[in-house]
Amino acid sequence: MTMSDALRFDFTCPIPIAEYPRVLLAHGGGGRLMQQLIGRMFKKGFDGLGLQADVDAAEVVINGGRLAFTTDSFVVHPLRFPGGDIGSLAVYGTVNDLATSGARPLCISTSFIIEEGLPMETLWEIVLSIREAALEADVRIVTGDTKVVDRGKGDGLFINTAGIGLITHDRMIGPAAIEPGDVVLLNGDLGRHGIAIMAAREGLQFETEIESDAAPLNGLVQALIDADVPLHCVRDLTRGGLASALNEIAAASGKGIHVDERQVPVREDVRGACEILGFDPLYVANEGRMVFFVPEDAADRALEILSSQEQGRGACRIGVVRDADAGRVTLTSTIGATRILDMLSGEQLPRIC
Amino acid sequence: MKYLDEYRDGDAARRIARAIASITARPWTLMEICGGQTHSIVRFGIDELLPPEITLVHGPGCPVCVTPLELIEKAILLASRPDVTFCSFGDMLRVPGRDRDLLAVKAAGGDVRIVYSPLDAVKIAVENPDRQVVFFAVGFETTAPANAMAVYQAHRQGLSNFSMLVSHVTVPPAIEAILSSPDNQVQGFLAAGHVCAIMGYTEYEPIAKKYAVPIVVTGFEPVDLLQGIYRCVRQLEEGRCEVENAYGRSVTRPGNVTAQRVMREVFEVTDRKCRGIGEIPQSGLGLRGQYAVYDAEVRFGLSDVSLDEPSECISGIILQGLKKPFDCPAFGTACTPEHPLGATMVSSEGACAAYYRYRSPHHVQSVA
Repeated sequence: MTMSDALRFDFTCPIPIAEYPRVLLAHGGGGRLMQQLIGRMFKKGFDGLGLQADVDAAEVVINGGRLAFTTDSFVVHPLRFPGGDIGSLAVYGTVNDLATSGARPLCISTSFIIEEGLPMETLWEIVLSIREAALEADVRIVTGDTKVVDRGKGDGLFINTAGIGLITHDRMIGPAAIEPGDVVLLNGDLGRHGIAIMAAREGLQFETEIESDAAPLNGLVQALIDADVPLHCVRDLTRGGLASALNEIAAASGKGIHVDERQVPVREDVRGACEILGFDPLYVANEGRMVFFVPEDAADRALEILSSQEQGRGACRIGVVRDADAGRVTLTSTIGATRILDMLSGEQLPRIC
Repeated sequence: MKYLDEYRDGDAARRIARAIASITARPWTLMEICGGQTHSIVRFGIDELLPPEITLVHGPGCPVCVTPLELIEKAILLASRPDVTFCSFGDMLRVPGRDRDLLAVKAAGGDVRIVYSPLDAVKIAVENPDRQVVFFAVGFETTAPANAMAVYQAHRQGLSNFSMLVSHVTVPPAIEAILSSPDNQVQGFLAAGHVCAIMGYTEYEPIAKKYAVPIVVTGFEPVDLLQGIYRCVRQLEEGRCEVENAYGRSVTRPGNVTAQRVMREVFEVTDRKCRGIGEIPQSGLGLRGQYAVYDAEVRFGLSDVSLDEPSECISGIILQGLKKPFDCPAFGTACTPEHPLGATMVSSEGACAAYYRYRSPHHVQSVA
């Protein structure tokens, strides 16, 4: 299909068949509904235009140089939460997306969609937070955009970013590269970001304040690449948490992934909050957590490298890749029984009792 | 949070499972009442640890699942009104009504809000005096005290823009309905620990005696559930039929008397339709006369909405423990979490949702 054929397609193709006449919040929840939306709308609509929909950062080759290119939008409410704010989150999220392809983040853009009435002081604090996060992640902010919308048409502030990174290694890092026998490593405890946001948004109070895990992880990936660890796949665990990320990788690779729940670190206060809300920490969002797929014989070395860095202090093995249960994720429960670890349909909703 | 790790301990769980196997001589069918217990059983794989003689069937104790379709439809009608702010626990939003759910109403512009407590809905009413705020009060005895407190507070504050769509059901009449059914297979019950934390367990004593069935008050963690099963099986093997409390760290025989008082102040026992089981006399809670002004059905004139359950959904039979989700021809095909036919597929306490999420028909169970 030529480019003009691809464009013409837009005018001739009817709206893709969808069971939902309107977009639901759950279509953005990181679960199966979002997968359907992306598959039926965006993959279909942009077919033939080079969309790399199954990765966090696309790889673009320009004059023989390999670049990683990503974009992300941040719509978090409240704008500030324990452990971070929308500004630092925007930088870390973009940098982490670039890092999943093994790229060294170079520069990012920041677009501000500001709701009329936002206090200047709040905006300034967020700008300073972005600056600090960019310095911490060693990435430049080279361009941006500003729009102001009517009061009531935005949630204080939305930030959209794009990021470009340089790929200097010669590996193919992604779901297609994982192999049976690979070990799944995780850089720390799960669920703190999601619970911190939830607690701040809903005014929930727990015995201790739970802080978001938001952090730049490009240093971790770079350290592994510099040490020549044969990275097969890297994924950051944002919306939908560990379970959704692993399901995406299992589906894209056609391999089975087995996780031992007893090895997955979840802090006691996060576990308690999840119990109260009826959430499973394996599905709760993180902003400073990644899984790394490496061959068994490189796992110990990778763990050592991860553990030597601040963002990888809690690094541990949580599972393996297997031929069995192709395309699925399975889990050994805390009492030793095995079950499916499925992708959620939409969002986790708080339970009744 | 304490009391979590020690009750999820694999060694302790296996030790109790071995004890169950050692006292089990005959086949027994037990029902766990609460959907939260069902999810624990399936999520942790507790049934895999049990001897083959023990069959667990899943009970009706899922507040979302037993809420009748016509109440869901009334909720959708209310939430669609431009003057109404409709507040609900999150779990209710995905339950399909006649042709859509509350999430779809929200997407179409309805003011639908998830709250964590009915008192949050009262607060919204105070802050928005020009809006009619309706709270969807569903559930068993666990949620009833807080819902009663919300009405009580609204009354004390003289709020004229707060009301509740009430669909409260109580556990003992549902147990009696199951035991009275000619098809009943259940020989022992694991009563819902959180319901008993409120109500105590004296009201189960006459049921145990009348139907000669052991009832064991049971918690929700793997070790709790296995202890409940152990004590239930031991009674059955010894030919006893008593009410026992295996959840002593939360439940006392009289229960939470203060909570019961506020419930009695605001609610009275009424006949109530229970989705899947049908109309059960004296099985529900409704607002007492002096609080009837807070009844959303009265305020908005919704009394004559009537709907039949979709025929292809067998959730009623599943809620009575007569069939399991895999027995349903629609399971995983016509009925999925994205396109549910019944509430049991979408509720976080629904049996079908548990099976869909944690098991699949092709998945071979194994114990590591």
